[in-house]
Amino acid sequence: MNIAAATNQNLADISNVLIYSAMAVYALAFFAHVGEWVFGSRSRVATTSAALTPGQAAGADAPAVTVTVKQRGGGTAVLERPKVVTRTPGGGREVPDGPGAAGGDEQGDVYGRVAVSLTVLAFVLHAGGVLTRALSVERAPWGNMYEFSTTFSMVAVASYLGFLVAGKNVRWMGLPLVTTVLLDLGLAVSVLYTDSDQLVPALDSYWLWIHVSLAIACGALFYLGAVATVLYLFRDRYEAKLADPSGPQPGSFAHSVLARLPAASSLDKFAYRVNAAVFPFWTFTIVAGAIWAESAWGRYWGWDPKEVWSFITWVAYACYLHARATAGWKGRKAAYLAIAAFLCFLFNYYGVNIFVDGLHSYSGM
Amino acid sequence: MTTTDERELTAAASQLSTAPVEDAPRSPEPHGGSFGRELVTWARWFWRQLTSMRVALILLFLLSLGAVPGSLIPQNSVDEIAVNQFRERHGTLAPIYDRLQLFDVYSSVWFSAIYILLFVSLAGCIIPRSWQFVGQLRARPPRAPRNLTRLPAYTTWETEADPAEVREAAERVFRRRRFRYAVAPAGDGGGAVSAEKGYLREAGNLLFHIALFVLLVAFAAGNLFRVEGGKLIVEGGGFTNTLTQYDDFQDSAFGADLDSFGFTLDDFEATFEQSGPQRGTAREFYADLTWWEGADGERHKERVEVNHPLQIDGTKVFLIGHGYAPVVTVRDGQGDVAFTGPVPFLPQDGNHTSTGAIKVPDYRDENGKKNQLAFQGIFAPTFGGFSDLSRQEGMVSQFPGPQYPALFLNAYRGNLGLDSGVPQNVYQLDTEDLKQFKAEDGQPLKQMLRPGDTFTLPNGAGTLTFERLERWASFQISQQPGNYWALAGAIAAIVGLAGSLFIQRRRVWLRTAAGADGRTVVELAGLGRSESARLPEELADLAVELQTGGAPAAESAESAESGAAGGGSAAAGATSVESVAPEQPGSDEPGPDKPAADAAAADENESESEEPDEPEGPEAKPDEGARA
Ligand code: HEM
Repeated sequence: MNIAAATNQNLADISNVLIYSAMAVYALAFFAHVGEWVFGSRSRVATTSAALTPGQAAGADAPAVTVTVKQRGGGTAVLERPKVVTRTPGGGREVPDGPGAAGGDEQGDVYGRVAVSLTVLAFVLHAGGVLTRALSVERAPWGNMYEFSTTFSMVAVASYLGFLVAGKNVRWMGLPLVTTVLLDLGLAVSVLYTDSDQLVPALDSYWLWIHVSLAIACGALFYLGAVATVLYLFRDRYEAKLADPSGPQPGSFAHSVLARLPAASSLDKFAYRVNAAVFPFWTFTIVAGAIWAESAWGRYWGWDPKEVWSFITWVAYACYLHARATAGWKGRKAAYLAIAAFLCFLFNYYGVNIFVDGLHSYSGM
Repeated sequence: MTTTDERELTAAASQLSTAPVEDAPRSPEPHGGSFGRELVTWARWFWRQLTSMRVALILLFLLSLGAVPGSLIPQNSVDEIAVNQFRERHGTLAPIYDRLQLFDVYSSVWFSAIYILLFVSLAGCIIPRSWQFVGQLRARPPRAPRNLTRLPAYTTWETEADPAEVREAAERVFRRRRFRYAVAPAGDGGGAVSAEKGYLREAGNLLFHIALFVLLVAFAAGNLFRVEGGKLIVEGGGFTNTLTQYDDFQDSAFGADLDSFGFTLDDFEATFEQSGPQRGTAREFYADLTWWEGADGERHKERVEVNHPLQIDGTKVFLIGHGYAPVVTVRDGQGDVAFTGPVPFLPQDGNHTSTGAIKVPDYRDENGKKNQLAFQGIFAPTFGGFSDLSRQEGMVSQFPGPQYPALFLNAYRGNLGLDSGVPQNVYQLDTEDLKQFKAEDGQPLKQMLRPGDTFTLPNGAGTLTFERLERWASFQISQQPGNYWALAGAIAAIVGLAGSLFIQRRRVWLRTAAGADGRTVVELAGLGRSESARLPEELADLAVELQTGGAPAAESAESAESGAAGGGSAAAGATSVESVAPEQPGSDEPGPDKPAADAAAADENESESEEPDEPEGPEAKPDEGARA
């Protein structure tokens, strides 16, 4: 028993070291991203302005792709995969995506790649930290806010890296993501730190794995959606200014930064897809929580603050999805709703745990 | 864009969903008719507003806003004690909150109004949308707009095959890919094929909204008919399910009809991790019960754990808490036993530092006079020192298991106030009419007891012996109908939601025209709901398949060729999926069936149109066909 306890203590210590190391590497990744943006600012990006200059025809063409097909007689021929011309429905702005943080600058690009590599390394350390923590307590590492926070940012980074691996254009998210991950981990190790410790029996259920892990994963993905939404708001305003040359024009700093981001419509689409894809899972998270509550407390819904805020978050996202489907509410208004919905999620996560008493405050049975 | 173009585009996109058409919020025009007619006009206007997407949106928003105060202000339904504390602290605010029903947000008039309106709106929305959807399922995909280049995704190529062959090939492709399609007769210089797919999206959406309705009804019924109570039982004790046995009880809206059963608590066990980072974690935690149905039915044994309740008929018995009950014997001033038995103490923290009171109403003092005796104190299963060292007070426990149990008591005498008629908290003393025993130095008399120790009151006033320790467990007994309906509703909602959000509904049109040089010009265009990322990709796949003659690229061009050459029967006149298409040489091979997963992935996967497909050898081709 004592040997086991000592190993557990050792593991807990290793976990802490790993988390601190991950923070150090994230910090390096942060600086590399800053380098990417700084060097990228040297390039002259004119794509956006050009595309928005009245009279300029635009339309993102999918590149021609060749496809081989068998021919009569067994030979093969190379067939041109047809060009598909796409256009934004509803006559929206047709703007190509910006070139990314490096802005086509070679040195900037090197910094960007370094940043991504560092993020991968930091992520490995981070995941190791979460894993050893879990091993040290012999349970899912989601018993308290320290553990929530470290897992939360781990999943956010994992999703980001997953998008990168899948070849999505998400490197623009690197800097804001790494910054907030640093903040989150900083908060976790300073304010929220809790020694690895016990779990009240009510939490000791396989529903903990399902409900809490899903909640954390949904939160992390909603977060990526929220980042895209915020950037969308900036980029949209920027495009609107460019499209109206007689009005006020963006400043040179704003221009330098925003021109390198993806087009507003791409950011908006990204945010929508993430939010819409997560919404059913969030719904399931709440349902799983209700099933668990039924077996632990005898009622599946009791208007406990945590339940209330999950519900509010859910309704807020449903609001957002409805807004997207309602004429006149698309675009910026829907974006504000998405941000409000994410703030609800955050409040549920931090606010309710800290300020509001309830069954979910895990103060014991 | 010309207005004809625009009108045609609108027509092409029409009925792509069943969302109600959004018209500007106009108040009804004054009719100048009779009062009755005006009333009808207004009612109709109101109904149209209520069932519009915009109002649904606003109501949803209000619902989330309305739920907020209930999470910040203590609620009667959740924690009545907290409400009372709040009332005491906020003398002026509380009456205002009362007026606004802020202590009962979730059953308040205004909160109910929001969700009832929302669900009326929901019902008013589902019914016409369902009809509309049935209509769409029977209708054919709309005709091709004249100017296909205006559509969100467009491609064109030329081919040697003649227009009718191309259209037949298109039919085959659409059929294989499970599109619904319709062929328009060849007009001036060529005909068109319209196809549509992804109806499950709409079905999923309707299912979701209907499921919400079921969920709400089940929730409301559950709350109305719910009966719930709490009971604390010391090991060896028992319970029968009648009103008087409960410690606290919440009746249903229509009076309780309690299931008849009983149980005894044979054994309660809680073992805790002794050391390491998890010190104090409950390792095992269960209550062994013997239960019976009816007044005296067959005995059954069952182990109840925190996430594993006992279910008897429609009633569930949950283990919700546990604690310690020191067994004490109190002798009065005459040396007679005035009280003996276990006294449950209530835990105050994770280590089970517990508080409680021992009340002895039948007591004679040293002079034989009738009086009442009481003890108030703290119990620690593992004594961890005093929080106030200098005065040796405020004992705390340092471990939830009984490693070094200690009981710390003060003693009182006087009127317990049991006859006042006001219900009393059994775990607390009302010390108003009680006099505390004093030690010789004039300080309140207090003593720490270990099992076996005796607390002797001064002047022969009596003794209290801490005999041993028992455990108690508390149970929540609830009877709530409708749970399975709620669960079914929730699952249906998730399934519907997945269909609604992951499946794309889209339309594709193909038009053929004779080109100047005798070749056929083929135009292919697609239109989806606003977020159709995969559409261009799908269109390209379709185009590739069509260029190989309607067979999946994988199959030999042999069959593709013969497919294009044969047939011709369907060249004129509309054909839709339902009609049995004549056997065609090219289509009789089991073409790779469209994987259902493809549709499900549609929304999640972003278009990867910039990712060129590698030129692949013929072996790789089946994949190409199946992936589509
Ligand atoms: C209880 C409240 C409601 C919730 C939680 C809810 C939720 C949702 C969700 C999550 C979607 C999917 C959005 C999408 O496809 O992008 C949706 C779609 C839709 N909702 Fe609701 N809804 C509610 C009430 C209503 C009401 C009252 C109406 C009637 C006006 C309505 C009409 C629609 C329509 C027409 C769509 C489909 C939009 C489309 O096709 O894109 N909903 N709803």
